Amino acid sequence: MTRFLFRRLYFAIFSMFAATIIVFCMSRLIGDPLLLYAQAGGYGMPPEQKEYLRAYLGLDKPLIVQYFVWIWNALQGDLGKSLLDRTPVSTMIWEKLPATAYLALTAWLFAILTGVPLGIISSIKRGGITDYLARGFALFGQALPTFWIAIVAILIFAVQLGWLPAFGMGESTDTFWEKTKHFILPTITLGWGGSATYTRLTRSAMLEIMDSEFVKLARAKGVSTNSVIWKHAFRNALIPPITYSALFLAGFITGATVVELVFSWPGIGRLAIQAVTNNDFALLTGTVLFFSAAYLFFTFLADVSYGFADPRIRYD
Amino acid sequence: MNIFKTINIFKFWNAFRKWPIIPVFILAVLIFTGVFSNQLAPNSPTSQNLKLRNSPPSWMDGGAEGRFLGGDHVGRDVFSRIIHGARISLTVVAISLASGVLVGSTLGLVAGYAGGLVDELIMRLVDVWLALPFVLLALIAAIVLGPSVQTVMLLLALFTWASFVRYVRAEVLSLKTRDYVNLAKVAGASTTRIIVKHIFPNVVNTIIVVATLRVGQLILTEATLSFIGAGIPAPTPAWGLMVSEEKEYLSSSWWGSFFPGLAIFLVVMSLNFLGDWLRDKLDPRLRQL
Repeated sequence: MTRFLFRRLYFAIFSMFAATIIVFCMSRLIGDPLLLYAQAGGYGMPPEQKEYLRAYLGLDKPLIVQYFVWIWNALQGDLGKSLLDRTPVSTMIWEKLPATAYLALTAWLFAILTGVPLGIISSIKRGGITDYLARGFALFGQALPTFWIAIVAILIFAVQLGWLPAFGMGESTDTFWEKTKHFILPTITLGWGGSATYTRLTRSAMLEIMDSEFVKLARAKGVSTNSVIWKHAFRNALIPPITYSALFLAGFITGATVVELVFSWPGIGRLAIQAVTNNDFALLTGTVLFFSAAYLFFTFLADVSYGFADPRIRYD
Repeated sequence: MNIFKTINIFKFWNAFRKWPIIPVFILAVLIFTGVFSNQLAPNSPTSQNLKLRNSPPSWMDGGAEGRFLGGDHVGRDVFSRIIHGARISLTVVAISLASGVLVGSTLGLVAGYAGGLVDELIMRLVDVWLALPFVLLALIAAIVLGPSVQTVMLLLALFTWASFVRYVRAEVLSLKTRDYVNLAKVAGASTTRIIVKHIFPNVVNTIIVVATLRVGQLILTEATLSFIGAGIPAPTPAWGLMVSEEKEYLSSSWWGSFFPGLAIFLVVMSLNFLGDWLRDKLDPRLRQL
């Protein structure tokens, strides 16, 4: 088990290293970062001054040196400064982190609390009307584009009915209920797809276990249906949803970008899109790095939880 | 008499449950409109008509003649744009999926069969690739390469290859220890021959199932890219772009944004249905996909 964990940890670190290289190369592909300070053609800036600026920003050194300087600083928590207003990137990400984290968490809870029960109900009442309803819910969640759900939800609940706010997180002075209202639409929009996947995962796991030998034996012994479902099948059927949970959380953190964009949610995804439109490479590399690190961290957690939840798997 | 009628209905119902009739019908319509979009569309998808700006569908009150699904914010025919959008979606998805399948399956076959260092390298590459935030990479790529249909195809191919490596590799790992593969080795078959003749035919089912299940995601991703502005550039009639362009006018003229979204939904749902059905038929072990 320890060997397995170390191996996974080493994978995670290796992947992170490779991700930094890809991110760094991509950020330099956008264009010469110096052009952000001085437009091409040198309007209002003599060449000497331009060279001085280049040296000051460290852009005159070879790319490989720039990369290692960047990594060394990043390891110390310094992701550079935003090119627009010289705010440290780490501060900007830190400020936006709660918004993204809260949204990802509520969407995650929504997905689990709707997906798992629906999966169980639909597997128990297989072929019945509840099964069809649950599968229909899953079907819609997997086939509807997130951005479309978002704008249709805004149209219905914010514009037509006026029940819920259409954008933002609200003010810090808002009451708890006011704040909650801001969360409802983004949470459901983001969580629906995940909920659908949970439903399908739980349903197929339940069906498989209800068909297994030990459940048949329990039934043959005369164990009551309730007991078979909750004691024998349910506990084993939870393994796939549990092991996928960390991956889902990672998916919600990195996948929130579109939802943040439509609902003007002040999170990291929107920050990254602003960075792209402003050609702010320090901010962009910082956010992309953050997303990759978050994803790798949660994949690692998923592997670990897999080992704990199901001792039958082999650690190789 | 009554009993016979009920039986007929049951037969009908069972046929619907057994065969994916509705999804196949929707996909057939999609392919047909995609291929013959020039002949089928009643109007030009790009010609503007400012008099018909945001005009309601012809079947609604005040609807303009010949605008079956209404007009968009510059008076283009939404219905014709959806029909032409089918062609765009089909082309983009077909080409990107084909390249993704080709690259992914080849790497999966190589990784699974070769094992050792090669396997390790390929699989780590897949891990890293899946860890990168795809939407942001797409935005960067759209800036570097400029938004175009080709960029979108490239991006979608890059988005899709990794999952094929995983599934094909897993399949090959179990296949290569089978007796018949060992026998082929003993008989002196070359590695290429074993891979092409003995292993590849057995992973085709997996590839088909995974591909069908991925198409829906590809269409959704293409639409998402177009929606955030990293996809197909205006004025090309792509569904995701249409939803995005018309979202400002949602409260007054909802049809411009609603119907392209509905088209995406119907196609993706049909593909998911078909994928599930194929998986149950061809490769039930992939149940958890």
